[in-house]
Amino acid sequence: MSFLDASSMTGGYGAADILHDCTLKVEKGQIAVIVGPNGAGKSTAMKAVFGMLRLRAGKVTLDGDDITALSPQERVRKGMGFVPQVNNVFPTMSVEENLEMGAFIRTDDFRDTMEQVYDLFPILREKRFQNAGELSGGQRQQVAVGRALMTKPKLLMLDEPTAGVSPIVMDELFDRIIEVARTGISILMVEQNARQALEIADMGYVLVQGANRYTDTGAALMADPEVRRTFLGG
Amino acid sequence: MDILNALVAILNYVVVPATAYGAQLALGALGVTLIYGILRFSNFAHGDTMAFGTAITILITWALQSAGIGFGPLPTALIALPFGIAATALLVLGTDKIVYSYYRKVRAAPVVLTMVSVGVMFLMNGLTRLLIGVDEIKFADGARFLISAQEFKKATGLAEPLAIRSTQAITVITAAIVVAALFWFLAKTRTGKSMRAFSDNEDLALLSGINPSRVVAMTWIIAAALATIAGTLYGLDKSFKAFNYFQLLLPVFAAAIVGGLGNPLGAIAGGFIIAYSEVAVTYAWKKVAMYLIPGFQPDSLLQLLSTEYKFAVSFTILIIVLLFKPTGLFKGKSV
Amino acid sequence: MSTRQPGAARGGKLRAPLLFAAMAALIAIEAATTGWNGALVIVNMGLISAILALGVNMQWGYAGLFNTGVVGFIALGGLGPVLVSMKPTPGAFSAGGWGILIAFAIALVTIMAAVWLNRHLTRMKGLAILAVLIAGFFLYRAVFDPAVAAIQAINPASAGYLGGLGLPTLLSWPLGALLAAGAAWVVGKTALGLRSDYLAVATLGIGEIIVAVLKNEEWLDRGVLNVTGIPRPWPVPYEVDLQADPGFLGRAAAFGLDPVTASTISVKLLYGTLFAAVLLVLIWALQLALNSPWGRMMRAIRDNEVAAEAMGKNVTGRHLQIFILGCAVIGLAGAMMISLDGQMTPSSYNPLRYTFLIWVMVIVGGSGNNWGSVLGGMLIWFVWIKAEVWGPQIMHVVTATLADGALKQHLVDSAPHMRLVMMGLILLLVLRFSPRGLLPEK
Repeated sequence: MSFLDASSMTGGYGAADILHDCTLKVEKGQIAVIVGPNGAGKSTAMKAVFGMLRLRAGKVTLDGDDITALSPQERVRKGMGFVPQVNNVFPTMSVEENLEMGAFIRTDDFRDTMEQVYDLFPILREKRFQNAGELSGGQRQQVAVGRALMTKPKLLMLDEPTAGVSPIVMDELFDRIIEVARTGISILMVEQNARQALEIADMGYVLVQGANRYTDTGAALMADPEVRRTFLGG
Repeated sequence: MDILNALVAILNYVVVPATAYGAQLALGALGVTLIYGILRFSNFAHGDTMAFGTAITILITWALQSAGIGFGPLPTALIALPFGIAATALLVLGTDKIVYSYYRKVRAAPVVLTMVSVGVMFLMNGLTRLLIGVDEIKFADGARFLISAQEFKKATGLAEPLAIRSTQAITVITAAIVVAALFWFLAKTRTGKSMRAFSDNEDLALLSGINPSRVVAMTWIIAAALATIAGTLYGLDKSFKAFNYFQLLLPVFAAAIVGGLGNPLGAIAGGFIIAYSEVAVTYAWKKVAMYLIPGFQPDSLLQLLSTEYKFAVSFTILIIVLLFKPTGLFKGKSV
Repeated sequence: MSTRQPGAARGGKLRAPLLFAAMAALIAIEAATTGWNGALVIVNMGLISAILALGVNMQWGYAGLFNTGVVGFIALGGLGPVLVSMKPTPGAFSAGGWGILIAFAIALVTIMAAVWLNRHLTRMKGLAILAVLIAGFFLYRAVFDPAVAAIQAINPASAGYLGGLGLPTLLSWPLGALLAAGAAWVVGKTALGLRSDYLAVATLGIGEIIVAVLKNEEWLDRGVLNVTGIPRPWPVPYEVDLQADPGFLGRAAAFGLDPVTASTISVKLLYGTLFAAVLLVLIWALQLALNSPWGRMMRAIRDNEVAAEAMGKNVTGRHLQIFILGCAVIGLAGAMMISLDGQMTPSSYNPLRYTFLIWVMVIVGGSGNNWGSVLGGMLIWFVWIKAEVWGPQIMHVVTATLADGALKQHLVDSAPHMRLVMMGLILLLVLRFSPRGLLPEK
């Protein structure tokens, strides 16, 4: 069984379903990427995994535990970390305080974790006493990822982490994400920049209208002419 | 000498009273701004929360006085204050549970919550009147002056007196302690930080495992404490009258908005801006002008506005800020 | 309010007539127990309350605007009858009238100069504007103060103010509406288009200021000295004249009524008819407006400001329009109230009674529904008046088992304040359990 196994998810916000029998799996320490056209339900699928959407059918297990009935907060305690696409920092709090708030549910000493986050994102150590709202877009994304890492999650979920940042910053963010995965954390992310994301992905999911269209390793999807033509622009 | 006399007159009639009044407004505005930042509505019941807290404090002060308990040179009300705070905290927590919590659950629009606070305002207003009536009450006891006018004149040989009433000194000192404690709490403690986080970004705070009901309860308790302290200090300094406290709503809100709603530092700055402007605009400057300009004999009092129009001052400052800097002097929430 | 579920209007078509019948029954019971005179007093003020509620409902129900300065607009409207129907004070205008007009002109020029500087200066703008404003203010005071002193020196015991124009009282009603609309334009221009709470606080301020002006500007309305003997509007006669009219006495006798009762009731009935006519005309106009394209646009804006804005609607402009119109209706009712009372007492304008009580009427009646506002206005006014009587009665029952003493005396004495608690409870209960009110919007 995969580390994260979200299988046959069906559901939506209101009467109409957005997800139709959608399945997402991530192995330990691997990177899985969800790509697809606008309105394909990518973010919705991610929210379903995190428990922000009521499922009519399907099941989510993490490390073998069934977490389908848990609230997002309870899933955080179970080892999920979630970085929303927007509004993902506390703008009038310092970088350090943002990280502290990330560790709010921890009762043990979290200074080690904070050091690890600072090692991963050295710019944050430099700006630790500056308010997160005053940072640049790329730096804010690093704060957001760092905040989610403070709970020492086993699965980190990123909703379009590179939205609105420059290509250089995007490359750097992807590098960092690979580094995070190397420490044994599984990663599930939604990406608009499908090409670049699939390059670093162990596993890729192409969603169309809330259903799995193609599922394969990142490299295989990149090589598939059909996928290239339809979703990667040639 | 005349310049010194002018300065002393300004100190005596403007700076000292405005500082005390500013401290009272700042404490009131802090409560409003905290509730706005965390519960996200303008609480129209805040003036009446101040009145209720003060009324309880006065009742306990009377009980203490009749039991022969005093606080030496300090007003007895200071001993009664913690009880007043506790009672007010219980009242607002109960109100939150019975009234406000439902609207948070259904995620009602802020303006609906504001409307609800009008209902609470009626209730609290009636409750306060039932408790203590509508008459003006003076409850300051202990020493009257820190510096009395006579002593000052004798010691300095100046023609102008400087008097600092003990209630004014107590107001400023208490307010300073309370504000310092509040800022320490918000900046350094885990609970305080979680409140700021909740105010900054509610969804992310929930994701981080911050317990919303704890944050809300803490906010009400702090707001109740701030309101009771502000109300009691105002009552010691001037007098207690239920209706005046309702009217304090305007300067208190103006202070909070001028400073930037949701921003505690702004609330304090706003309180002093409003207080100094109110006192300066309604003060008769004739005496000061006569000291400063030898031979000047104005036939009017040189008072910009009569005291009855002090609300116009809050209002004008409010309008100017709204026109030129809608989020307030310090950056407040714009949503 | 923006939360609206379809099909929530329980009782269907019969709901409104039934509730109005119940209201009429309450009045009838009141008349049977305390007499028609008392009941008609409640009805007349209830009709004015209904118009007030209509004005607030236009702002809140149609546009979601939170006006907390209703008291000020009522008071300003009340200035209308003073300015229109009182006799001019002889010599007052020549003594200080021109001075006051010149002072106002100076104020206007100063403000215009400041606005011009604000637009055209780039450097030292703040300083220049401040200098102009301060200079203008002192010039204004230099002209204004002696003029006021001159006016107030004229026969201060009974006049001491400019007086009115000596015109028919009915003319003062539209003037009251106009005065309130003018003040609303100033507030709306600055506070609308910002966050909704800002309007609430700004109107709270303008309300306090208007009342303060009326309390303190004696040259205008004698301030706390009150203006009394404001003429009644056509066609309402005075009781003494009726009692001296043989024709009236004959008709009274035919009904088996003594002249005093007959005259007081006739006067009140005439007032009531006049008010009801105004109310009906207003409702007719409002319903027409509400069902016109303009009304549909207003509701569209209220229900989704963002979408309306995206469709190119000028949201702030529409809001300003409805805010001014609502305040005009409030001012009209304020003027009507003064010509009912026959006197202007600025110190009686209390925001709890004249702002927030009107809000209770609108919410209880059903925000967005004109007939709801009328019902809410009548009903809440009735309850407010009766609560003053019921409070002590209830308190007597509650404290019946208590031993006589300070506590019992205190409770009984403060029982009239119970009605504030009661209004708070009514508002909270309606908001919680029936947020759409007695007559929900369709």
